Amino acid sequence: MKTVEWSVDILVVGGGTAGPMAAVKAKERNPQLKVMLLEKANVKRSGAISMGMDGLNNAVVPGFATPEQYVKEITTANDGVVNQATVYAYAQHSYRTIQELDRWGVKFEKDETGDYAMRKVHHIGTYVLPMPEGHHMKKVLYRQLKQKRVEVTNRVIATRVLLDENGAAAGVMGFDCRSGDFIVIRAKAVILCCGAAGRLGLPTSGYLFGTYENPTNAGDGYAMAYHAGAELENLECYQINPLIKDYNGPSCAYVTGPFGGYTANNKGERFIECDYWSGQMMMEFYNELQSGNGPVFLKMNHLAEETIATIENILHTNERPSRGRFHEGRGTDYREKMVEMHISEIGFCSGHSASGVWVNEKGETSVKGLYAAGDMAAVPHNYMLGAFTYGWFCGENAADYIAETYPAGAKPVIDQTQIDLERARVEAPLLRTDGLPPAQVEYKLRRLVNDYLQPPKVTRKMEIGLERIQQVRADMEHMVAGNPHELMRAMEVYHIADCAEMAARASLFRKESRWGLYHYRVDYPQRNDAEWFVHCHVRKGADGEMEHLKRAVEPYIVELDDTEKSAYDRLRVKREPAIA
Amino acid sequence: MPLAATLSSVPVVIDEEKCIAHKGCTVCVDVCPLDVLAIDMLKGKAFMKYDECWYCMPCETDCPTDAVRVSIPYLLR
Ligand SMILES: Cc1cc2nc3c(=O)[nH]c(=O)nc-3n(C[C@H](O)[C@H](O)[C@H](O)COP(=O)(O)OP(=O)(O)OC[C@H]3O[C@@H](n4cnc5c(N)ncnc54)[C@H](O)[C@@H]3O)c2cc1C
Ligand code: SF4
Ligand code: SF4
Repeated sequence: MKTVEWSVDILVVGGGTAGPMAAVKAKERNPQLKVMLLEKANVKRSGAISMGMDGLNNAVVPGFATPEQYVKEITTANDGVVNQATVYAYAQHSYRTIQELDRWGVKFEKDETGDYAMRKVHHIGTYVLPMPEGHHMKKVLYRQLKQKRVEVTNRVIATRVLLDENGAAAGVMGFDCRSGDFIVIRAKAVILCCGAAGRLGLPTSGYLFGTYENPTNAGDGYAMAYHAGAELENLECYQINPLIKDYNGPSCAYVTGPFGGYTANNKGERFIECDYWSGQMMMEFYNELQSGNGPVFLKMNHLAEETIATIENILHTNERPSRGRFHEGRGTDYREKMVEMHISEIGFCSGHSASGVWVNEKGETSVKGLYAAGDMAAVPHNYMLGAFTYGWFCGENAADYIAETYPAGAKPVIDQTQIDLERARVEAPLLRTDGLPPAQVEYKLRRLVNDYLQPPKVTRKMEIGLERIQQVRADMEHMVAGNPHELMRAMEVYHIADCAEMAARASLFRKESRWGLYHYRVDYPQRNDAEWFVHCHVRKGADGEMEHLKRAVEPYIVELDDTEKSAYDRLRVKREPAIA
Repeated sequence: MPLAATLSSVPVVIDEEKCIAHKGCTVCVDVCPLDVLAIDMLKGKAFMKYDECWYCMPCETDCPTDAVRVSIPYLLR
């Protein structure tokens, strides 16, 4: 294993959605800076938006919604436990981000008068902006990266953040998954944009890569931030999504909803008031699945031919275009059959839920010089536009930070020991000649996550789960990699194990139920605001063990009245008495 | 370490008649997010080396000769 060293000013890790924006905005702030965008795959087709996106889920567009309304909606959808400052900062910038993307060439749906064609999907406000021609997102971003002269490095997997003598971020270490070289990149600031922890649970199909999230996102960002000493938040507030059964991708109610499609039970009846994804909605979805009215379907077979053709055109060419092929194989025609739905495996993702690395409204983590944006940064329900917006904040703020912290010529001082240790850890699977294949270890780990950590969460089960995960951790020291590709999978198993342990411990710490299904603890079935109306943080303690902290919820910027606060508690359609 | 040979159905198939990897094309290998495609140097053709596919389709969409066909992996088909 050869060691290669580079030095840059700002290093952005992850070139999916938030990453390219962060790199471009850092360069715009100060074109003199050397900005590198590091990507595990290839920025041309990486991340959640690899094949584009079919809409903005949380656009705050003047005339349709105000930042204040949006903050209220997200506060309620998260049972009140939010740092409103982060959500508000997003909401106030949301429209500016849309206009910038529009200028760059991203196509949004507009009406005859040229206004954005907004649609209502959320419970209260109107925030969805369709992008029927959204398949070219990555091309648009790539053009910006080239124009702004961002240095792009593909096929390098970051494994740990480098720290300077004061504990500030000073680069990353990793390896090239083609050449196998060990890579050390020194930087004055690091922006992590590594996406969700999408390979935590095992999909019910049993296929390791049949995940909701792009499986390149194995939780690398969460694990790297943790080991760098950063605080993570809401890890007990899992991501669980309602998806096409087995295909495990969105169906998607946000696209079909405005056209008249809806989530239904086996009688074809609507059972939830609103298809917007929240923990409360997922709880009703789960209840229906378990009841005699299950399974759950997406119903479109009552719609007109013309409408269905439009829906097909969006769903089968964009975002997850293989949806069409899947339905074809099953003989599901939207015109005739309802689409069978199921709930996904668990993951961490603040893009959809709220689980992530703690950040403030500037995108700063609790580690100096370390920023985080996108799905891995805990700004609840932030979705794609939130990833772009926080990428923007991080790029600009990181540029300002290094201008203040490192006057001309100054550089972080790095102790070589951490580099030697990490090199040894990364190289180990390549040096072993006998042991365990990473895929088998990963399968077992993720199967245990399903068996023990999935809601309904049971204390004793989670405790056993933790013990079993620790046993797998011991097995990980026997993983063998025959080549750099297999090494990539082996190192990902470490990230998955860190996330699994954090999921279990964070869930055990919060002794109440909150966020609907996301944190439904059977032994503590009630919400307990007196003790648990707080943020729960996880970090690496001085002894190297995980430690938990309660942090007070920051004073609200936008107050909610009682009806607004409980709006998401009334999601079940009132018909006969609800089965709970 | 033992190598147990098991037959496997892979979701991505390359039409070798159409593939021009022997002329230097590596597009599908370059774009795949999971890095599971490779070029068989002896044949000069692309192939699926690892069954770790997200059925996301950049390989098929970006191939200049329409040689790639992505199917849904058997386990979830
Ligand atoms: C199927 C699907 C449908 C969605 N639909 C919508 C929608 O319709 N509307 C909407 O608003 N939002 C939608 N979302 C959510 C939205 O796409 C995400 O919130 C957003 O794109 C996340 O951006 P990100 O930059 O955090 O992650 P990503 O775009 O996933 O980028 C993360 C990048 O980090 C790289 N990476 C990971 N680990 C490492 C490492 N160790 N070293 C180097 N690089 C690494 C990955 O390869 C990847 O390119 C959807 C998400 C999915 C998965
Ligand atoms: S992109 Fe198409 S032509 Fe090029 S190597 Fe791949 S299969 Fe062959
Ligand atoms: S479908 Fe996606 S993951 Fe599968 S080979 Fe093609 S590009 Fe790679």
